[in-house]
Amino acid sequence: MSFIEIKNLSKNYVNRRNTKRAPDDPEQPGEMKVLDDINLEFEEGEMVCILGPSGCGKSTLLRIIAGFDTASSGEVIIDKEKVTGASSDHIFVFQQNGLLPWMNVWDNVELGLRHMENEEEKNERIQEYIDLVELNGFEYNLPCQLSGGMQRRAELARALAVKPDILYLDEPFTGLDYLTHLKIREEVVNIHEYIGKTMIMVTHFIEDALVMADRIIVFSERPTSIKMARKLDFSRPRNINKDPGLSELRDEIFLMLGVSYVA
Amino acid sequence: MKLPIKPAIFYPTLSIVILVFVWEATIRLSGWSEQVFPGPVIVFKAFLELLLDGTLFNHSVASLYRVTVGFYLAAILGIPLGILLGMHRVANSMVNPIVQFLRPISPLAWIPLAMLWFGIGDNPAIFLIFLSSFFSLVVATAIAVRTINPIYFQVAANFNFSGKETITKVVIPAITPDVVTALRLTIAVAWLVVVAAEMIAVQSGLGYLILDSRNALRMDYVMVGMIVIGFIGLFLDLIMQKLSKQDWLATR
Repeated sequence: MSFIEIKNLSKNYVNRRNTKRAPDDPEQPGEMKVLDDINLEFEEGEMVCILGPSGCGKSTLLRIIAGFDTASSGEVIIDKEKVTGASSDHIFVFQQNGLLPWMNVWDNVELGLRHMENEEEKNERIQEYIDLVELNGFEYNLPCQLSGGMQRRAELARALAVKPDILYLDEPFTGLDYLTHLKIREEVVNIHEYIGKTMIMVTHFIEDALVMADRIIVFSERPTSIKMARKLDFSRPRNINKDPGLSELRDEIFLMLGVSYVA
Repeated sequence: MKLPIKPAIFYPTLSIVILVFVWEATIRLSGWSEQVFPGPVIVFKAFLELLLDGTLFNHSVASLYRVTVGFYLAAILGIPLGILLGMHRVANSMVNPIVQFLRPISPLAWIPLAMLWFGIGDNPAIFLIFLSSFFSLVVATAIAVRTINPIYFQVAANFNFSGKETITKVVIPAITPDVVTALRLTIAVAWLVVVAAEMIAVQSGLGYLILDSRNALRMDYVMVGMIVIGFIGLFLDLIMQKLSKQDWLATR
């Protein structure tokens, strides 16, 4: 039995604006099928990247696994327990604005540790993770006083500080400039090597998936099904251009997603 | 040309000087008597007179007291109710129609009932101020809660916030900027209403000063009353503006 199991999971959205459908349409009137009978398994400690065309429901799936959203049918089982809501053992790193903007970096990192009884231990832990993401000196800055990359690192610190079993990353590099993107990607890879926690990342950057993932899952267009699931046994650090296996896989995924030529 | 004083002070002062000049000129050209439209000099004299004998101070305090009590009551009851309506779908669909129905009724329409229920004195006026602020605050707060970025609630769920923590650590800080803006708009309305309320049910306050002076045909006192109302209104707005520019609010 795997650490995370997704069984026959489907998700329909009610689309109020579009209630007229063709008579031979198998879907219910006004319903939009986003996820169609998804079955997936994740092993403990695995870093999985989910790719797919935009609007394919990959973020929706992640939000259902995290317990923020409910499935229309099917279930998610984590460590033998059915997911019914969010849990502080599984932390979600948001695409944007995940920090509470009225709290400084320190207070944000403290969120997950606020029930720790030993004040000294707690403060040490907060400082440890702020240092880990190299934000020392910015403890008392509000999120709006930080750059996009620093905000993302602060959120990572907040997520990691609770020592979660699972980290969900929803397009965590979106909106960052290219260099910051690469740097934070490297940090996430290092963190994964260092703490070895299960990570599930949704992204639309194919290169990120190739560099980071133990396994890549490619989703089809709506209603979503799994088009490809591939284990990556390449050693890290990876270089897509120098490793023919990786660049071949990249071209294959690009082709699968409808892009035939990549410079 | 270099101004002798800061432009932020110079231009407003200039415009006030021009206004006073136009005021005086209007009187000279129209030929109205001082009893009908008193000029700046007479009004200023009346102002000094009422200021020095304490009348202005007493009436201003009376008005400000009513506004403060009514406004605080509205805030203390209205903001929590707004939070409840913003967070609870069922509560909202039950209470919101009533609020929306009562809101467009001018507080002045309540005057007969207010006098009947609360008699003469501060209470009916306070009640009217309360009505003028309460519904707007409820509605503004409920909307502010409903427009909170859902991510913040997901963060709260992710870190196992209790209901109380969600309210104190997410909802209240998130809505504070909107609520302060609503308070600023509301206190202006409350200040409008207090003057009207004081013309009916009480024997003190700036509204009463104006009414009483009209009965005595002292238009100079009437205008002093109006000017003081204007200044206090400006002053109230400045306080609220200062409040809304606090650093801790500039976080969105």
